[in-house]
Amino acid sequence: MNLIAQIEAEQIAALGKTIPDFKAGDTIRVGFKVTEGTRTRVQNYEGVCISRKNGSGIAGSFTVRKISFGEGVERVFPLHSTNIESIEVVRRGKVRRAKLYYLRARRGKSARISEDTTYKPQAGANA
Amino acid sequence: MLRSGVIAKKLGMTRLFMEDGRQIPVTVLHLDKLQVVAQRTPETDGYTAVQLGAGTAKVKRVSAPMRGHYAKASVEPKRKLVEFRVDAENLLPVGEEIIADHYFEGQFVDVTGTSIGKGFAGAMKRHNFGGLRASHGVSISHRSHGSTGQCQDPGRVFKGKKMAGHMGAARVTTQNLQVVRTDSDRGLIMVKGAVPGSKGGWVTIKDAVKKPFPENAILPAALKSAAEEAKRLADEAAAQAAAEEAAAAKAAAEAEQAALEAAEAEAATEAPAEDAEKKDGEA
Repeated sequence: MNLIAQIEAEQIAALGKTIPDFKAGDTIRVGFKVTEGTRTRVQNYEGVCISRKNGSGIAGSFTVRKISFGEGVERVFPLHSTNIESIEVVRRGKVRRAKLYYLRARRGKSARISEDTTYKPQAGANA
Repeated sequence: MLRSGVIAKKLGMTRLFMEDGRQIPVTVLHLDKLQVVAQRTPETDGYTAVQLGAGTAKVKRVSAPMRGHYAKASVEPKRKLVEFRVDAENLLPVGEEIIADHYFEGQFVDVTGTSIGKGFAGAMKRHNFGGLRASHGVSISHRSHGSTGQCQDPGRVFKGKKMAGHMGAARVTTQNLQVVRTDSDRGLIMVKGAVPGSKGGWVTIKDAVKKPFPENAILPAALKSAAEEAKRLADEAAAQAAAEEAAAAKAAAEAEQAALEAAEAEAATEAPAEDAEKKDGEA
């Protein structure tokens, strides 16, 4: 392991976050810390994860898409951000792509994702 | 207050997540066995400077004259040698090792390195020219630089005209980079943002010239010997404090023991008297 990888591994360990096992197609709820003036609160953002990038390392990120007041909204979260309070998997989706960018062009019925009822937690995964 | 800079190896980039939610892109620079190899003094050279060496070179690949140079300083052969101009009072003894505490968190530094070579590059890439149009009669020359000057008067291309040519592999200084974190155990300095050169390349770090000299910078330099001395003194002080505490505890224990013994002795003197009383009762 080179020194950069070592530093990153140490930082991930120091941040001590529990990241559930999720992939594109899963519906997830992200508790994101919002600072309003002086006080901070946790805002939930729930939607479909449409992409995961750069693995589970320190540079990893994921995109969550939801329809808010009839308008599609996408947010990109760094996986290890200290602003993320929690990540919960609400529903496992069954998809055949790693990146679900095709959902951007779809609306309503055609933008549904069927549930993956055969989901098995990976060995060693914590969710 | 001109003090020595350091030679570092660029390890690569990563990011740091801060407690307040910010994430900072940092370049990790490594001080690898950074030692003073020679001094330049006004008497012998007419100026004051220190020559630092970093890394390790295989002895068989070091030329005989250089081996002699390293032997004179009694240091291992170095991979990279750089001279830093310093003030006379900031000259460092030969053989001293500089550690990463040389810079403190939040300080601004200038980092100099050799940029990644781009080879022969066109005017668009090299000088951010706009190129020619995609259509309207332009053929083959969409990425050309266009006109290079006027007509018969002056009848030549001016010197310094920006044109295609070799790009990169040049000495580049990035100024005012902030030190985010230092790790003297592993010899790491993390600066915010990018520094010139590729991973594994050598760079030099100096105090920023465009910022006031920091007051809490270590003069003449953060030396390993000084750090070890400080650590030894701290250890000694701690040991002494511990010894004093132990002595005090021992004294307290002794006093307690003495008190106990005294109490026991008292009890012993009282006990026969009681026995005597009992005997009296029986009788």
